[in-house]
Amino acid sequence: MPANRFNNFTSYGVGIGLRAPHYHHILSRKPVVDWFEIISENYMIDGGRPLRILDQILDQYRVVQHGVSMYFGSAENLNRDHLRRLKTLVKRTKTPWLSDHLCWGSVDGRYTHDLLPMPYTFEAAQRTAQKIREVRDFVEVPVVVENVSSYAEYHVSEMTEWEFLNEVVERADCGILLDVNNIYVSSQNHTFDPMDYVNNVPADRVAQIHIAGHSKYRKYILDTHDHPVIDPVWRLYARAIERVGHTATLLEWDDSIPSFEEVHNEALKANRFLSGAALKKAG
Amino acid sequence: MNLLALQRRMARAVMTPLTPGENMRRKTADGRSMHRVAASFIKPNDRLTSFERLEIYNRQYWWRVLSAFGEDFPGVRAVLGDRRFEALAKAYISDCPSRSFTLRNLGSRLPEWLRRHSGFAGSRHALTLDMARLEWADIEAFDGAAEPALSAQDLAEANAARVRLRLQPYISLLALRYPVDDLLLNVRKEEDTAFASNAFVQRKKRKHVSAVARLRPAPIFLAVHRHDESVYFRRLDREEFEILQGLHHGETLGRAVEAAMRRSSMPLADRPEMVQHWFRAWASLGWFCRSAARRQAKKSSAA
Repeated sequence: MPANRFNNFTSYGVGIGLRAPHYHHILSRKPVVDWFEIISENYMIDGGRPLRILDQILDQYRVVQHGVSMYFGSAENLNRDHLRRLKTLVKRTKTPWLSDHLCWGSVDGRYTHDLLPMPYTFEAAQRTAQKIREVRDFVEVPVVVENVSSYAEYHVSEMTEWEFLNEVVERADCGILLDVNNIYVSSQNHTFDPMDYVNNVPADRVAQIHIAGHSKYRKYILDTHDHPVIDPVWRLYARAIERVGHTATLLEWDDSIPSFEEVHNEALKANRFLSGAALKKAG
Repeated sequence: MNLLALQRRMARAVMTPLTPGENMRRKTADGRSMHRVAASFIKPNDRLTSFERLEIYNRQYWWRVLSAFGEDFPGVRAVLGDRRFEALAKAYISDCPSRSFTLRNLGSRLPEWLRRHSGFAGSRHALTLDMARLEWADIEAFDGAAEPALSAQDLAEANAARVRLRLQPYISLLALRYPVDDLLLNVRKEEDTAFASNAFVQRKKRKHVSAVARLRPAPIFLAVHRHDESVYFRRLDREEFEILQGLHHGETLGRAVEAAMRRSSMPLADRPEMVQHWFRAWASLGWFCRSAARRQAKKSSAA
């Protein structure tokens, strides 16, 4: 049973990101993994080894695409070449849904390759929602948007981040990839209660959840995806699952990547909370 | 401030080069106070000023693009040394920021840029340019498109006077002044070595410097290609290179061979056998595909 209308993939349990250092282990040992998330841009190429490996993975595993540079929130128009390549990859992977970030990163055709924070304005929400709809109409799969971690806020903002997220997803009528680590990072950098964020996200739109680790500096926290998940983030995850129900969950580990087993075992800790959600439902 | 104006202001600040100490500059390119610019659109908090919050993004941008550029051009770094390479990387990225959704294409304009900016490489300009061309060709060969290769039968049936063969899109043909292929392979071999103590890194640097110092101009012709999903550098004879280049430019096979042999010192009697030998090797590597026009015609007749 789907937990909500954007979450038709309850059978997707706990996945991990597909990363090059694990290719050999996965292809030779064939570990049992619910699903892999790929960074779309790594495979939006014309040929060569990355696509051959992806095809081998697709033969054996379920794969979901996650993008990092669609930049729904950039004021400029969508990049048509990007869209065409994305659609080609969607046909290859048969991804059941497609995610990218609620952020911007390019202007006047120049790319920062960063996930830059949005100004939380109605103008930005309208423009962003319009672009999400355009992408969904073009690629013809459900699109879900992920909240990013941020280190700066703008004077022009007219609402909180979660209010902005709600505004965008309502206007675009799309799902949410709720990254609870990003919520935690931003809450520390901007001094708000992360539980307020989790409690105010529309539960009926959460299609997927991200968990990850981060790095703490003296005056701020950086979203580095290079550590295990900390307890406060697990608590946010537990609350999210309590509100949303059983939801496809993915651990991101992108830097100082340890062994496959270590990453997978860290991800599987999420099952403690997912099983609880299943039991509650059954009861 | 509307969305576009805010994004332009932020992007301009984020893409401004860092100071030598890797901090955000205190002045913008047009001489304004960066503190004031930051404060005009970014809120401070109880721990960080607007300037410091913007600086996080400024640093992240430069560390990310410099790291990606360094990974793509280890050979250019070996030729120039760390300090000159970093100066070149910062100047290049400032002039040619990414215009692609993927960092894979960040270095696509480096060879062209180097031709216009010889000062960064000084006396090693020609060597640096050769290395940059080779490393960009390597990226193209790694994940470039592959068309269905022509079969041995297709090739046997081809009429040399009329047939126009196309090279696989992932292949680059390079005429280089230095044997940079060997140098790059050595650089990579050293980088693959599993450990990196400080002493080892220093030894590695000395090895690079002496290898570069010893490298004398010695023109080579190279095909950078892919076989079984691995990239290879294949040295070519001059005539072989010219035939392939002729084909690449759309010449018929007959004309390409004729033009390549015009300046050749190869004995006339040896030529047919040599051309056949090259042809067999190219065909076995799957280098040929049908020309786009021919492919379209075949598709239409099949329909």
